[in-house]
Amino acid sequence: MALGTGGALSAKELAEADQTVEFYGEHQAGIATPQQDRLHFASLDLTVTKAEEVRDLMRAWTEAAARMCAGQPVGGEDDAFVPPDDTGEAQDLTAGHLTITFGFGPTLFEKDGEDRFGFASREPAVLQPIPDLPGDNLDPDLSGGDLCVQACADDPQIAFHAVRNLARIGRGAAIIRWSQLGFGRTSSTSSAQKTPRNLMGFKDGTNNIHAEDEEAMDRYVWVREGPDWMRGGTYLVARRIRMLIEIWDRSPLLEQEQTIGRHRASGAPLGKEDEFDGVDLKAKGPDGLPLIPADSHVRLARKNPNERMLRRGYSFTDGMDSKTGQLDAGLFFISFQRDPGKQFVPLQRRLGQNDRLTEYIQHTSSAVFACPPGVRRGGYVGEQLLS
Amino acid sequence: MKRANKPLRLAVGVAIFAVLATGCNVEREWIASRDPSEAEAQEEMQEQAAYFDIEGSPELDRAAREYQDYVDGQSELLVDRTRGFVAAVEAGDVERAKELYAPSRVPWERIEPIAEKFGTLDPEVDAREGDVPIQQWTGFHRIEQALWVEDTTEGQDEYAAELMSDVRRLERKVDNVKLQASDPVFGAVELLNEVSATKITGEEERYSHTDLYDIAANVEGAEVAFEFVKPVVKRQNPELVTEIEARFADLDRELEPYRRGDGWVSYEKVDEEQRRELSQKIDALAEPLSRVGRVLSGGS
Repeated sequence: MALGTGGALSAKELAEADQTVEFYGEHQAGIATPQQDRLHFASLDLTVTKAEEVRDLMRAWTEAAARMCAGQPVGGEDDAFVPPDDTGEAQDLTAGHLTITFGFGPTLFEKDGEDRFGFASREPAVLQPIPDLPGDNLDPDLSGGDLCVQACADDPQIAFHAVRNLARIGRGAAIIRWSQLGFGRTSSTSSAQKTPRNLMGFKDGTNNIHAEDEEAMDRYVWVREGPDWMRGGTYLVARRIRMLIEIWDRSPLLEQEQTIGRHRASGAPLGKEDEFDGVDLKAKGPDGLPLIPADSHVRLARKNPNERMLRRGYSFTDGMDSKTGQLDAGLFFISFQRDPGKQFVPLQRRLGQNDRLTEYIQHTSSAVFACPPGVRRGGYVGEQLLS
Repeated sequence: MKRANKPLRLAVGVAIFAVLATGCNVEREWIASRDPSEAEAQEEMQEQAAYFDIEGSPELDRAAREYQDYVDGQSELLVDRTRGFVAAVEAGDVERAKELYAPSRVPWERIEPIAEKFGTLDPEVDAREGDVPIQQWTGFHRIEQALWVEDTTEGQDEYAAELMSDVRRLERKVDNVKLQASDPVFGAVELLNEVSATKITGEEERYSHTDLYDIAANVEGAEVAFEFVKPVVKRQNPELVTEIEARFADLDRELEPYRRGDGWVSYEKVDEEQRRELSQKIDALAEPLSRVGRVLSGGS
């Protein structure tokens, strides 16, 4: 491997060489770090009843996550008489830029009106379940959860290994409520990344916040208010958005482009040439109508600049819908923001009501989690809340 | 019984960790030897025992002996109860046979991993429809089908007699095998694996829906097995014992509402969500229980 110029490797070069993303830091990895191509997301419910048991779980998870993100197996020495601590399927693979991001759902604080672990008073005011939104078709079994684990990597086996081992460590303390695999990123979170296409064939996330834009990250993503334990953290909204693929596929190109508000091939706004050309909402066509239709996704999505957020979604498929014989596929939308109630919710309310795209999609699951700030060596995720 | 398509059993030697297919292809073996000679059986047993031969401490040896006594006792109980069940079948008393069916199986389910050591015995006694070619299908579930699906004992005399002879054979074999400390250690987890693999779904007792008898007996057998090795585990890793005991208690609490007198409600009354909760409690227990094996290597 040709690295550096003969001298000692820089930290960055080292990380590139062993394909790791630093687990420890000011913020949790997997948010501002460049988005990988594969996802395994799991939402879990706690089965324990004491705060110290939650603490033990987060401590054990943090330790295991740090090891896996460094490309090491979890646990200790093998013993022929017991099952190995690490399940083994990531052995011989690289770290694959694995990141593991943890979050706490509203039900961790309060469930059925009960202060389960004694920290209801420390629940951030902005951590509210996502309200019912127009066009929702949610499956409650695929929504919500006390905790979440977002594992992203270059290789799906590495992401799966991470969730599997965390679930195993958590056995007896937490059970998986639902989980989602994602096979391709649908956003770019770094200006170094090309904009990928989602399953509708369109570029997605052209206008996304890029992590290099620190001002935007501070303004829209990193929490600066509310309880101390969340400063430097962010809120994660997850929505499983099923695309009605068959219907989309039989829609004319013109209709598809009018729905999105962009040209499919270039990703440019309608009437423009280049993907990154500015969106001119005032531009009119020869017929006097707006070039970018009033009910197009692009127009509706940018009505209010305060609603910007960092999107980090993935394409998914769960095979086929046995009731209809249609493909069960779409976008597992993930966004990070300072206040879902001011960013995601109003945006989605508007989209759900007016967006022409709603004819082609259905939101089938919904969840929100508070992702605490990053962790220092020796600490654990959520320490300031749980200690 | 074990799924026919998941025949591998882990076996551990003193210095080697071998995966071998014991009684592997149930079907093939079954055809080859419906009734193996005693010499063959003996050989098979010794081979089996050798893989589990672990250099034990006096404490572990004692655990093995205590477990042996338990297994002997259960195999006797199995013979006793099966005798009553078989008598009802032969007398053509469908109702009585239905009553005695599940309780007769309980001792079997408590020591199932031991029965599985003896190659063909397990399928002969416990195969479900489809596990073996239909013309070779015998045992409890064959009669279960007649009782619940056809509501008759007609044509079952032959199967009843064979079942009786098979459980007697088990009793003899159990008497002749020397159990090791690894038997209660691995047996406890294997019993829970039985639950996870085929019982929780209701596949095991698909006609009688008496699955909860089996599940409770598997759990009970696991708990007893663990009790015998507990003193050694406690010395090495008291936290593990606390954890396992708490999870057993949790599981018992989960099962309790389904108890009816000396028996259990029909598994049809347990809905999908309740089955899932039960399954997750089993998983929560089996995970720490699988770490008990460390006592065999003297680790902690």
